[in-house]
Amino acid sequence: MNSFDSARRDFLQLLGGTACAAWLTANWPALLSAAEHAHQAAKSDHPTLEVFTADQAREVEALTACIIPSGETAGAREAGVVYFIDRALKTFYSDALPIYQKGLDAAQKTTAELFPGVPRFSAATEEQKLKIFTHIAEESERQKDGPRRLAPGGSQDFFQTLRVHTIFGFLVDPEGGGNRDYAGWKAIGRDPSHSFSPPFGFYDKDYPGWQPVSGETEKK
Amino acid sequence: MSRPTVTYKPSDEVDFVIIGSGAAGGVLAKELSINGFRVVVLEQGEYLREKDFTHDETKVFIQSQLTNKVNTHPITFRKSADETARKQQAVLYGSCVGGSSVHFTANFWRFHEIDFKEHSKVGDIPGANFADWPISYADLEPYYTKVEWEIGVSGLAGASPFDPPRSKPYPMPPLPVKGNGVVFERACQKLGYHAFPAPMAILSQPRPGRSACMNCGFCLGFGCEVGAKSTSLSSVIPMAEKTGRCEIRPNCYVHRIETDKNGRAIGAVYFDAQRNTHLQKAKAVILSANGAETPRLLLLSASNQFPAGLANSSGYVGKNFMPNSNALAFGVFDEPLNDYKGPAVSRIMQDFYELDPKLGLYGGGGLDARFDFTPVSFVLNGLPPGTPKWGAGFKQAIAHNFTRTMQIFCHGTSLPVESNSFSLDPDVKDAYGLPALRMTFRDHPNDLKMMEWMKDRALEILEAAGAKTKWGPPIQEQQFAVHLLGTCRMGNDPKTSVINADHRTHDVKNLFLCDGSSLVTSGRGQPTMTIQALAYRAADRITALAKRGEILA
Repeated sequence: MNSFDSARRDFLQLLGGTACAAWLTANWPALLSAAEHAHQAAKSDHPTLEVFTADQAREVEALTACIIPSGETAGAREAGVVYFIDRALKTFYSDALPIYQKGLDAAQKTTAELFPGVPRFSAATEEQKLKIFTHIAEESERQKDGPRRLAPGGSQDFFQTLRVHTIFGFLVDPEGGGNRDYAGWKAIGRDPSHSFSPPFGFYDKDYPGWQPVSGETEKK
Repeated sequence: MSRPTVTYKPSDEVDFVIIGSGAAGGVLAKELSINGFRVVVLEQGEYLREKDFTHDETKVFIQSQLTNKVNTHPITFRKSADETARKQQAVLYGSCVGGSSVHFTANFWRFHEIDFKEHSKVGDIPGANFADWPISYADLEPYYTKVEWEIGVSGLAGASPFDPPRSKPYPMPPLPVKGNGVVFERACQKLGYHAFPAPMAILSQPRPGRSACMNCGFCLGFGCEVGAKSTSLSSVIPMAEKTGRCEIRPNCYVHRIETDKNGRAIGAVYFDAQRNTHLQKAKAVILSANGAETPRLLLLSASNQFPAGLANSSGYVGKNFMPNSNALAFGVFDEPLNDYKGPAVSRIMQDFYELDPKLGLYGGGGLDARFDFTPVSFVLNGLPPGTPKWGAGFKQAIAHNFTRTMQIFCHGTSLPVESNSFSLDPDVKDAYGLPALRMTFRDHPNDLKMMEWMKDRALEILEAAGAKTKWGPPIQEQQFAVHLLGTCRMGNDPKTSVINADHRTHDVKNLFLCDGSSLVTSGRGQPTMTIQALAYRAADRITALAKRGEILA
């Protein structure tokens, strides 16, 4: 049983009224179908690149893996973040493409300056990558400022843009084209189910129910 | 779900054309059509249904699926009149059928008695344009109750000793408590405060055609896929359409209210999706376009007869803008709260609703325990200061903190300041060549001081709750608003208000305004419940006037 079957089963259990059941019968298959389609697209074994060349994608993937590295749990690489970014640059983040073009050139230049003889960032050792990426991030810190923003459209800075896009690609609902197989959600402890029942966590599992503050029932 | 509907031509003179289908417009559409009137609702955004809603943050936040689109409808901001405003997303509002009620958190507080008569009690405040309402809490109480029962609000009556009087309990029990609610409640008990189950416009029990909440956790910013959130879309609009007298017409950008030589409104001029212009004729016009777009539309409707803008003889259209003040505190706990499950809020407290004047602060507020992040927004905005921005330390922090973090959100008063306003930008145009919305705003110093005080209390509660790490972002002057209040205020004096207690404009007898712009004070946050209660009351008043032949003749 896949996670959508499980969600559907859980969801059905929440229903009480006949009218609701009728509504669900009419609408849930459509919801399920749309979600499954996106889910399947996101977890395709053969995702394709539409904007990046294979060489560019290799570099972007290596850079995203510095932001969220692989380890005991999945990182940006396993979550397919580079494919999220590629799709985003084709569609809703298309205005960020020049930032990537300049950023990749700059990363190449930094790699050559710090480690002459290393042909490209992705070919560097892990230790070298750390030094190169530290340089890129520190350079960005020196130049940036302004309020934190959810939408990354405003920043022209490569590190800031890449960081926000990597976070999106790692943690967005898979319908958005990232977070392959919920790798990102699993890494942060987010249950991929679509519906939940209480108790939700540690602190509410033994909650006895709401009671008024003792001895203070009078109106203030 | 198929819904019975009716279609009118723009040339059909309907009884009412309502601009906006949100919290107020939806209620007015339902009430007036049930009362036998022919109604057209013109909505700027799309007609999305439950099946169109998604948890995809790229669609919702990046592509503004549910909200105003600044690429075609730019907004400018400045702090004071001597500055040139610059383009900035200063305002966020719903732009789809159901308006902001579709994406809101669904916190659903009544205002208290003090909110309606605070000026009389406190007196003038330097720098503020403070006034009493022309109506009282008692006038509005039956309508608060009607909102709760008709749209579906969960809660526990009598649980707060600070609750205002009510004529009926809530129609359904509170939503399940969350981890943040439990630790908040226990900390409040330790400190002598009174946490109670949050009243929420989310169904804890199913209703015909609507599911009870399934605790998916995607409330703030998202549309509810199962109709559990009590939006205008899920509650009153289907009732309006079922009458067969109300047409909801989406993708209509209203940019002018037309008047005749006698100064009566004759209808609303709008661009359709293909940018063709139409005049929807109506015997009366109701603006429920929100506290930013309602004044903008009045200002856009200036004419030789109304040179300062329609219904603006007072000069108050767009002024006295109040966004509510707010502050945040965060706590990280040892064990998983898992607050990503369920609606954002399950416990609130209102012990600070009316602050002791000895503190030297005006107003007050309420605190709620919440977690309103998606995984993406949490990582962008919910980590403690000093957290690494990338690498293994970053990954470790997000993995540890996501399930263990909660927020306390402090909601409070905004004082009305006349210079805080919405107006027409003289330089920036929208995609249709019309002047952009310009926001001018600087918080009253009291509001900033009060939020500092509130934030300190929130941090004390987190300490008492056992948070291992806690912090509060600095209080800053606001440059972004979602509560759009007070910009066409209600009052008895036509010189100092735009509408009367019936929501009728003082200047145009068949033009009514009802939305956040009608409010005289800001309450303590969470204005949607009051906006909807006002809409139910306005519908009664408008119906009575119409039946007496005072509007539609």
